[in-house]
Amino acid sequence: MPGRIWALVIKEFLALLRDKKSRFVLIVPPVLQLLVFGYAATFDLRHIPYGVYNQDPGFASQELLGRFRGSATFRQVATIENAGQIAPLIDNEKALLVLRIGPSFTRDLLLHRPAPVQVIIDGRNSNSATLALNDVNSVFLSFDTHWAAEHRWGKTPAQLVIRPWFNPNLLSRWFIVPGIVALLSLVVTLLVTGLSVAREREQGTFDQLLVTPMRPVEILLGKALPGLIIGGLEGIFIVLAAIFWFRVPFIGSVPALAAGMTLFLLAAIGIGLMISSLAVTQQQGLLGIFLFLVPAIILSGFATPIANMPPLVQDLTYLNPMRYFLVIVRGVFLEGDGFRALGPQYWPLALIALSSMSAAARLFRHRMR
Amino acid sequence: MAASPLRFIQVGKHFSRGAARVRALDALDLNLTAGSITGLLGPDGAGKTTLMRLAAGLLLPDVGTIQVLGADTRARAAKIQAEIGYMPQQFGLYEDLTVQENLDLHADLQGLSAEAARTRQRELLRMTALGPFGTRRAGTLSGGMKQKLGLACALLRVPPLLLLDEPTVGVDPIARRELWGIIQGLKDQGVTVLMSTAYFDEAERCDEIILLHQGKLLKKDTLAAFRLPLQGRCFRVTEDTGNKRRLRESLQRRPGVQDARIVAAGVRVLCQGPSVEAAPGERWQAETPTFEDAFVDLLGTAEMPDEAAPAAPAAATADQDAEIIIEVRDLRKRFGNFEAVKGNTFMVRKGQIFGLLGANGAGKTTTFRMLCGLLPASSGTLRVAGVDMRRATAQARARIGYVSQKFSLYGNLSCDQNLAFFSAAYGLRGTWRRQRLQWAVQKFQLSDYREVNADQLPLGIKQRLALACALLHAPPILFLDEPTSGVDPLARREFWQRVNALAESGVTVMITTHFLEEAEYCDHLVLLSQGEVLAQGSPQQVRALAQDKTHPEPSMEEAFIHLIQTHENQGRRAS
Repeated sequence: MPGRIWALVIKEFLALLRDKKSRFVLIVPPVLQLLVFGYAATFDLRHIPYGVYNQDPGFASQELLGRFRGSATFRQVATIENAGQIAPLIDNEKALLVLRIGPSFTRDLLLHRPAPVQVIIDGRNSNSATLALNDVNSVFLSFDTHWAAEHRWGKTPAQLVIRPWFNPNLLSRWFIVPGIVALLSLVVTLLVTGLSVAREREQGTFDQLLVTPMRPVEILLGKALPGLIIGGLEGIFIVLAAIFWFRVPFIGSVPALAAGMTLFLLAAIGIGLMISSLAVTQQQGLLGIFLFLVPAIILSGFATPIANMPPLVQDLTYLNPMRYFLVIVRGVFLEGDGFRALGPQYWPLALIALSSMSAAARLFRHRMR
Repeated sequence: MAASPLRFIQVGKHFSRGAARVRALDALDLNLTAGSITGLLGPDGAGKTTLMRLAAGLLLPDVGTIQVLGADTRARAAKIQAEIGYMPQQFGLYEDLTVQENLDLHADLQGLSAEAARTRQRELLRMTALGPFGTRRAGTLSGGMKQKLGLACALLRVPPLLLLDEPTVGVDPIARRELWGIIQGLKDQGVTVLMSTAYFDEAERCDEIILLHQGKLLKKDTLAAFRLPLQGRCFRVTEDTGNKRRLRESLQRRPGVQDARIVAAGVRVLCQGPSVEAAPGERWQAETPTFEDAFVDLLGTAEMPDEAAPAAPAAATADQDAEIIIEVRDLRKRFGNFEAVKGNTFMVRKGQIFGLLGANGAGKTTTFRMLCGLLPASSGTLRVAGVDMRRATAQARARIGYVSQKFSLYGNLSCDQNLAFFSAAYGLRGTWRRQRLQWAVQKFQLSDYREVNADQLPLGIKQRLALACALLHAPPILFLDEPTSGVDPLARREFWQRVNALAESGVTVMITTHFLEEAEYCDHLVLLSQGEVLAQGSPQQVRALAQDKTHPEPSMEEAFIHLIQTHENQGRRAS
C-alpha cells in the first residue's frame, strides 16, 4: 500500500513539474504576489497631498504650516487664494485635504483665545481619510504643546505617551507580510489539490486509476501528499523571505509555526479535495476554488479585523481555517508565541482538517457511484 | 465540364513543433470534380485535417496556391468561408442551447433572412430526423445526433462546396447510414463534397478517392481504378475446423501472402502474385477486390515481429465448455427514472473474444463500466473471475486490465514514466516488475518512444502504450472500450493482431466497437438495443438471425441494422 501511494505521489509531481505551464503557475505568481503585497500593500500613508488656504497674515500660521512642510508624511501641492478653489482641488483628487486657516489665527492665539483651523478632507476612501486625520492631529498636538510652552499658556494638563507593543514603529509591513504566508500557501495548496482529480477526470485517466487495485483512501492520500509538500515548501519560502528580505522580526518558536502550518495545509487540502471531487472539469474546479478563496480571505482578518465584523459574520469566520493560521503566524512572528499560547488555534484547525478530509473521502466514494 | 471548385497547386505546409519542423503536406496537386463526392483517406498523420483546413482558408499554405470556387485562399479567405460549408471534426455546437437554438444561432451567424432560415431549417430537421428533438439541449444528444445537428448547421445555406472532416467518427451504423443519405441528397442538388473518413465502406461510396500518405498524394482515382491492379489476387479461404483465428495466423505467415484478415465467411487473403500454395483442407475462392485491399496493397501492413507460436494453443482455445469467467445475471442499472440497462444476462467463457455491440445510447458503455467496477449495478449478479464486482474490491480489480475509449494516459509523462506508474499502481515490485516493464517495451515495440511524452505520440503508438499499461499485471481479463475508434485502418489491423494473439494465449477479451466488420473477430457477440440484449451468439448465429429472402447472406452491418430497427419498431408499437 505505501508503494502504491508513493507511486501516485511521484506521478503527481512529474505531471506538475514536467508541464511548463503548471511549473510556471507554481513558482512565478507566488513570488510576484509576495513582492507586490510586501511592497505595495501598506496602510501607512506617505506624501499626503494637501492644499493650503491661508487667510492669516501672522507668524503663527507660518509656524504651523512649517511643521507640515517639514514632515515626510505631507506634501503641499497647492496654495489657494479663495474658497472657490477648494472644491476642484478635492474633487479632482489633486489633494487629499485642504487646511484653511482663518484671518484671525495669530491674533486669537496671542490673545489666548481658541483658534480653530478647518480641515477639509476627501472622505471617499474612509480608511485613508481616517489615517490622514490622525496624522494631521498629531502635527497639531505637537504645535499646541510647543506653542503653550513658548507663550506661557502653562502645561497641557494631560499628556499622551504612546508605546506600541510588538510593532514599535507601527509598520504595516510587519502586519501584512506574515499574513502572506497564510494567503499564498492557501492559494497554492488549493490549486494543487483542487485541480488534480478534476484534471484526471477531464483527461479520462481517472477511470484508469479507479480500475487499478488502489483503494479510494490510497488515491486520496496520494493526491493529498503533493499538496502538503508543495504548500509546505511555498510556505517555508515565504517565511524565509519575510525574515531575511522584508526583515520582519521572528521571535517565536519554529516548531509551533511548523505544527500550525501543517494543520492549516491539511485543512486546505481537505477543502481542495472536496472541490476536486465535486468538479467534473478543471474549469469547474477553478470556479470552486475562487468561490471558496475570496470569502476565505476577506473573512480571515488578513486585511480587516474580524472584531469589526457584524456578530453573525464573526461566527462564520470560525469555519475559516485561515482565521486561525493568521493568528498563529502573526503570533509566532511578532509576539513570540509558542505551543502553549497557540493551543486555542490548533484544535479548531485540526477539527476542520479532520472533517474536511473525511467529507472529501465520502464525496470521493460517492462520486464513484 | 464546370471548373473545379477546389484546386491545390503545388501546396506545401509545415508546422513547427518545438524545435522540430513537421511536414504536413508536400507539393500537393489536387483537383476536385464539380458535383462529385470525393473521399479523403490515409493513415493518422497523413495530413487529412491540414488539407481540410487549408481548403477552408483557415490555414494558409507555405508554398503553392489553393483556389476555392475560383478564388485564392490567400486573398479572399473571408469570401470563401462565407460561401463554402465546413464541418470540423468537433463541430462547434453550443451544448447548453437546444437543437432549435443552435440552428437559429448558426442561421444568424451565416446571415440568413428569418424567412429563408425557417424554410431551410424545416427541411433540414426533416432530413436529419431531428424534428422531434427540437427542444432538447444539444449536450444531451447522442454522438450520432450531434454529428447530424452539426451537419445541419453547416448546411443552412446550400453551399457549392462542402468540406466534412471525419463526420462519421464515433457514430453508430444506423446514424452513419442516415448521414450518408443526407450527403447523397446534397450531391443530387449539385453540391461538391470532400469528406475524410476512416471507413473503407464509405470510401467505396465516393465517386473519387484521394489517398494521402505522409503529406503526399499517393493516388487519386475512382474506386474501379483502385481495384484494377488487384484483380485475381484476392481470395476467400475457408477450412473445416472453423477456427478462423488460427487459419488467419497460418495464412499470414505463408510466403506470397500480403495480408490476411477475418471476414464473415472465412479469411480474406490478399496475395502478392496470382498463385499461392494452398494447404490441405483449405478451400480457396476468388473474390472481387475491395478498397481495403487496395489500401493495404498501397500502404503495406504494419506487421508485428514474428514471434514464436503461442504456447499451448490447444488449451487456450475458446471452447464452448471452457470455464465461465464473467457471469452477468439479470443486470440492471437505473439513473433516476431512466433504466439504462434492463435485466441483461450473459456469460463469457475463458479465452473468448467477447464483443458488446449496440447503437449510441444502447447501454453498452453503462454495462461495460459496471463490469469494470466503475459503476455500481442497481441490481443483479455480476461476477468477474469469481469475484463479485458489485463489491468492486481491489482484489477483483487486480485481475482485470482496462483500456478506455480515449487511451487515457498521463499526457505529460513519458512512455517509461507511464509504464512505471501503472506497474506500481498494480502493485508489481522487484524482479517481476522489471521483467514486466521490459516485456511491455519489447512486446509493444515502444523502445523508440521511451522518453517521448504520451500526448505527443501518434494515436497508434498511444494505443499500444495504453494496451501495454493495461497488461502489465498480466490480467486474465482485458476490457477494451471502443479501442479502435478514430484509429487509422492500419493501426486497427495491427491492434486486432495483438488482441488475437492475446486471446490465443488464454486471455479473455471483452470489447465494444462501432466497426461492425470487427465483430467478425469475436467468438461471441451480445447485441444491445435500448438497454436490452437483442441477440447473442457467435457472429454466424447473429447474422443468421437477420437472414431473409432479400438478404440471403447479410453482412454484420446489415444484420445489426435489421435487428435494431425491428426491435425499435416493436418497441414503438408496444408503447
